[in-house]
Amino acid sequence: MKALRRAAMVLLAAIYLAALAAGWLVPAGYARQFRESPGVKPSAVFLLGTDELGRDAFARLLYGSRISLTLAPAAAALATLVGAMAGVSAGYWGGWVDTCLARLVDLFLSVPWLFLLLSVRAVLPLNVRPLESIAITFLLLGLLGWAGPARVLRAAARDIKSEDFIIQARARGASPLRLLRLHLLPNLAPIIAAQFWTSIPLFILSEANLGFLGLGVAEPVPSWGGLLAGLQNLDAVANCPWRLSPLVLLLLVMACFHLIVPMEDFSK
Amino acid sequence: MNARWGGFALALLLVPSPSRSARIPEPLPGGELRFCLHAEPKNFNPLMVAEEPDEVVRFLTGSVLVRLNRQTQVLEPELAESWRVLDGGSQIEFRLREGVRFSDGSPLMPADVLFSLRSAFDPALHSPAGEPFRTNNGTPAVSQPGGRRILVSLRAPMAGVERLFDELPITSARAVEKSAHPEEMPVLGPFHVIQYRPGSSLLLARNPFYWKKDEAGRRLPYLDSVRLIIQQSRDLELIRFLRGEIHLINGLDAESFERLAAKSPGEARDLGRSLESEELWFNQVARAPIPDYRKQWFHSREFRRAMAQAINRADLARLVYRGHAAPAIGPVSPANLAWFNANLRVPAFDPDAALARLKAAGFTLADSVLRDREGHAVEFSLITNSGNKSRERLAAMIQQDLAHIGVRLNVVTLDFGSLIERITRTFDYESCLLGMVNVDLDPSGEMNVWLSSASSHAWNPEQPSPQTPWEAEIDRLMRAQAVETSFVRRKVLFDRVQEIVVDEAPVVVLVDKNALSAASRSLGNLAPAVLHPQTFWNIDRIYFREGAGR
Repeated sequence: MKALRRAAMVLLAAIYLAALAAGWLVPAGYARQFRESPGVKPSAVFLLGTDELGRDAFARLLYGSRISLTLAPAAAALATLVGAMAGVSAGYWGGWVDTCLARLVDLFLSVPWLFLLLSVRAVLPLNVRPLESIAITFLLLGLLGWAGPARVLRAAARDIKSEDFIIQARARGASPLRLLRLHLLPNLAPIIAAQFWTSIPLFILSEANLGFLGLGVAEPVPSWGGLLAGLQNLDAVANCPWRLSPLVLLLLVMACFHLIVPMEDFSK
Repeated sequence: MNARWGGFALALLLVPSPSRSARIPEPLPGGELRFCLHAEPKNFNPLMVAEEPDEVVRFLTGSVLVRLNRQTQVLEPELAESWRVLDGGSQIEFRLREGVRFSDGSPLMPADVLFSLRSAFDPALHSPAGEPFRTNNGTPAVSQPGGRRILVSLRAPMAGVERLFDELPITSARAVEKSAHPEEMPVLGPFHVIQYRPGSSLLLARNPFYWKKDEAGRRLPYLDSVRLIIQQSRDLELIRFLRGEIHLINGLDAESFERLAAKSPGEARDLGRSLESEELWFNQVARAPIPDYRKQWFHSREFRRAMAQAINRADLARLVYRGHAAPAIGPVSPANLAWFNANLRVPAFDPDAALARLKAAGFTLADSVLRDREGHAVEFSLITNSGNKSRERLAAMIQQDLAHIGVRLNVVTLDFGSLIERITRTFDYESCLLGMVNVDLDPSGEMNVWLSSASSHAWNPEQPSPQTPWEAEIDRLMRAQAVETSFVRRKVLFDRVQEIVVDEAPVVVLVDKNALSAASRSLGNLAPAVLHPQTFWNIDRIYFREGAGR
């Protein structure tokens, strides 16, 4: 298992490095349109062929990986952090704190985000550069995605709070902060980690969906979400299986993430 | 008794045997034609039809006084056997055909035509069919001067008024009352509704009293029935066509067309340029909340023309529409046979000429960044509707083309509601990429686009008075052609409008999309046209070929 974990780490690092070195590996870049070569098959020149506009699919995959592998975990971290703060506070302190935060979580989960996001887009300036639009997109995802983890962590915190070792620690006069730091958080860590890892692919796919609202990553910058959205034409994918490369890479990266984080930690 | 048997024997000889019927020359009657509606029909009252599915049902079941032949683009008599435009376009008189009956067998009376026209013109009823007739001058008066003559008197002369009757359905008070139950509604068209399953399908059967006959004297339509399957997904529609479950598809996109052409080449039909185009325009509204220096760019003819020159339209047509589109020549597509200005040519793609034009207008290019006289980098946003792959690709290509002359274009995709809000109410945008469809061939039908006071004057709508001399000139020309009765003189006037639009480039028409459709090989008498409804405009003459699966 350790060997597998090590292999996953190496693979993930390689993917990350390749993404970071995209400018060096594919100097033509992700935006250049080779208009005389649209939709070509993989070759020595274009390792994964080109898209409909003649853009190098390999370059777009690498640059898309750089964006998604950086910003999706960042958004997941933000959502998990906010969710953990809210959920653990509610679960641990209980009482009116719990009531207020639980209602807030319910409210957040029941709000029709689609319409809210439309309003958000309506007030955003139009002249936003692609990189700024990426940051806005993932920031929004991170800020809006905290309620799910908060609910899970609130339930977990309440369960752990009534465990014998917590009661004993409290009976010995441990302060709330010490209880939180030494007993509660270490026991919640696997759940927090699980929330984090499972949020990453969700955010990658959410980014693709947000594209329909004009909140996604703007042209010509690629992202995994945008590349995955290109797989909607099943017929075209069947004829050009190499177009599945973003999906394969996503699955590979997610598998690596899960292998790196020991499964036994999740089952504690 | 003998005479009776003798008569029976003669009858046997006269009844065609199966082998003899197989030799009956085509077109053969019978069969069920199937195709898809892309949404649920909402209104079966032909006078209140507003959406595409309702319009399809109305086209198949309804009738009009005059019908536009979708291939020749010439009006042909329908319920009116003849018509005359009188008093310089102020009046039009129709002579109704004799012997026309509704699907329940009742005769079409002049009173039914009077009812239909008056209802359509009634401002209180808000019939979309009568909208082009309701002007600021009032609504037309309808009378029956005698016999089967119907006279429509307009409040002001209207050039080409007769073509508007192609969209004005003739019905009856009885039919309108029953429009909530389409199965019971008497109609005048080739088919009538016999079964409606909401969310699933609509079955139309041959109207036994339809008045038209073919050249051999056989009663039309040839088909027994038409089944309209309610199917939103265009992908599933294509799959159903490939399986042979449906026989026609109207308005295919280029990607689906290519898929079909690869699998069944004889059934994919590219009819050439349609009346649909993709256009880009710059916001020229004075009160728009955008910086003044950008407004100055957009008000500059040289800037607009340079942008038009810097966009490679041939590449847009080739890559985004896979060759099923053509670089646009002007605001009117060559598919509009009568009104297209044939003297216009496709604006040349020439980035160097575009740069030279910009430099002459005070712009400078340094370090791949174009700057105006005051040193502002030329950067602006282009909005378009999200979810439209073709348009997103167009935007990406325009972005790269403009980058070559140092312009930074920020592409923003918005949901359709937000986009419409920005271009019609708040004017909080800089440039916009959208598609346009000319539903009316006649220039009078485009008054709402070209008049500076019009609401659909995209780049600067509802101007109290024309803000530029060339818009004032377009206003004058459009108003002059609207009251001119001579086609030749109208054509001269409208040709000039097209020239001004190309010259001033308030709208950069990028490509004219081709009319793409699919039709089963089993169908005969198909005559697909670029005008709607492309494949079944001659539904009463379509038939299944001999031996075709029915």
